[in-house]
Amino acid sequence: MTDFWSIWIIVLSSVVIIGCIVLLHACSKNNTGVKEGESMGHSFDGIEELNNPLPKWWSYMFYITIVFSVIYLALYPGLGSFKGFLGWTSSNQSVRTLAESKQAVIDAQEEGRWVQYDQEVKHADEKFGPIFKAYADTPLEELVKNKEALKVGGRLFLQNCSMCHGSDARGSKGFPNLTDGAWLYGGELATIKTTIMNGRHGMMPPKGGLPIEDSELPGLAEYVVKLSGREHDAALAAQGQGSFMKGCFACHGMDGTGNKFMGAPNLTDNAWLYGGSRGAIQQSVKNGRSGVMPAWKDVLGEEKVHVISAYVYSLSNK
Amino acid sequence: MKFNHELVEKNIGLLGILTVIAISFGSLVEITPLLFQKDTTEPLEGQIPYTALQIEGRDIYVREGCYNCHSQMIRPLRAETERYGHYSVAGESVWDHPFQWGSKRTGPDLARVGGRYSDQWHEVHLIDPRAVVPQSNMPGFPWLAENKLSGELTGKKMDILRNLHPTHELYTDEEIAAAKDAVKDKTEMDALIAYLQSLGHALK
Repeated sequence: MTDFWSIWIIVLSSVVIIGCIVLLHACSKNNTGVKEGESMGHSFDGIEELNNPLPKWWSYMFYITIVFSVIYLALYPGLGSFKGFLGWTSSNQSVRTLAESKQAVIDAQEEGRWVQYDQEVKHADEKFGPIFKAYADTPLEELVKNKEALKVGGRLFLQNCSMCHGSDARGSKGFPNLTDGAWLYGGELATIKTTIMNGRHGMMPPKGGLPIEDSELPGLAEYVVKLSGREHDAALAAQGQGSFMKGCFACHGMDGTGNKFMGAPNLTDNAWLYGGSRGAIQQSVKNGRSGVMPAWKDVLGEEKVHVISAYVYSLSNK
Repeated sequence: MKFNHELVEKNIGLLGILTVIAISFGSLVEITPLLFQKDTTEPLEGQIPYTALQIEGRDIYVREGCYNCHSQMIRPLRAETERYGHYSVAGESVWDHPFQWGSKRTGPDLARVGGRYSDQWHEVHLIDPRAVVPQSNMPGFPWLAENKLSGELTGKKMDILRNLHPTHELYTDEEIAAAKDAVKDKTEMDALIAYLQSLGHALK
């Protein structure tokens, strides 16, 4: 704040407070020329105004508010650039980057200023920090056996992951079911953690970018149904296999078991992210599919992701 | 001079003027200085102006009344920052006319919703919120996916925004000229999602 505005605020605030005192003082005296308790000389509809003094209790309350305002402005930031004797603020409102925000917390601590929000976070960190630290130091293989940790992970999951994967973690169309043991990128503990930390971007271009005609789609879908081990029309599926060999195998594998390095789904496990009906499969092939799992590293931090990873793993590994 | 309030009591014009003077002190002290402070008039570092599509999305956000149920103001309380991210600061709202802080949360705060969900999630969720969040009581907005943007006014909106912030050079003439093409063939759904995905990155 510039000096001008600081002075502006200080002067106006002082004028108002002093003005209140002067006004209250002036109104407390009888300067109407009429004796106390006598008529002011006019009446409306039979109601007469008498010259009564201000109620005492009311005047004292007014004085108390004035005293309060002076004490308040001395302790808390209110008078322009004056920070108040308590050095209190609610938060570091003037930060302009995340780095500045982190620095502001350190600065406030060094200068012994009392930042309400920082204090709240500090207390919480003192309480919960060691718990998460202990979890983070525990290898995931151990952590999945820790009932308490899985409970914490479950809470974090409900708060952050359930919007897409569902509160029962069974997902919905386009959002993977985490309980069925079918993994696009792999279901090992470390892989799950990588997925949550950095996110994933799964992409199948329309028809895999291959020269597949629309007329081939029913056959191709039939072949995919065959791969998943369901009842199928053998002749139609045989046609579809020809289409599959145009290049689908590059990602989904010759045997259709997919490729976890690129998140190409296994077509043989009968787990379907976008539906397993013939129509849905045709749609997937025709228009392609694209799914995004956001990165949670910056939102939650590694410690929490660590616990969530253990929880997600536990869902399909009871 | 004898003190007499009869003068004020019997002159409505004077009473009005004195009332305005009396109540204006609060605004003069609490509002006026904010108009001249860097904290409240300058955007944060790395804060990107809305693109043509995001501006259209923002208008749809306002039109559909999203602010009735969603705030865009994370208060400096740990319970909020744990859920939504860093508390909001004034500079993040400088390009919003009017700001979308809201005052009520039937749904969650959206100040930092950008990047939190995929575009696809937003689309499914806006068409039918219960398709992904069974407990949700948010209404669906399926028509957004059907309505195409005309783009007639997009350039004008950008121009107005630019004129409101002459020192920031928000958009070049070329960008404004290209605005109509930038939103061509886009649906209101695309615009709204683009807007939502742009929210809150400056302090992430």
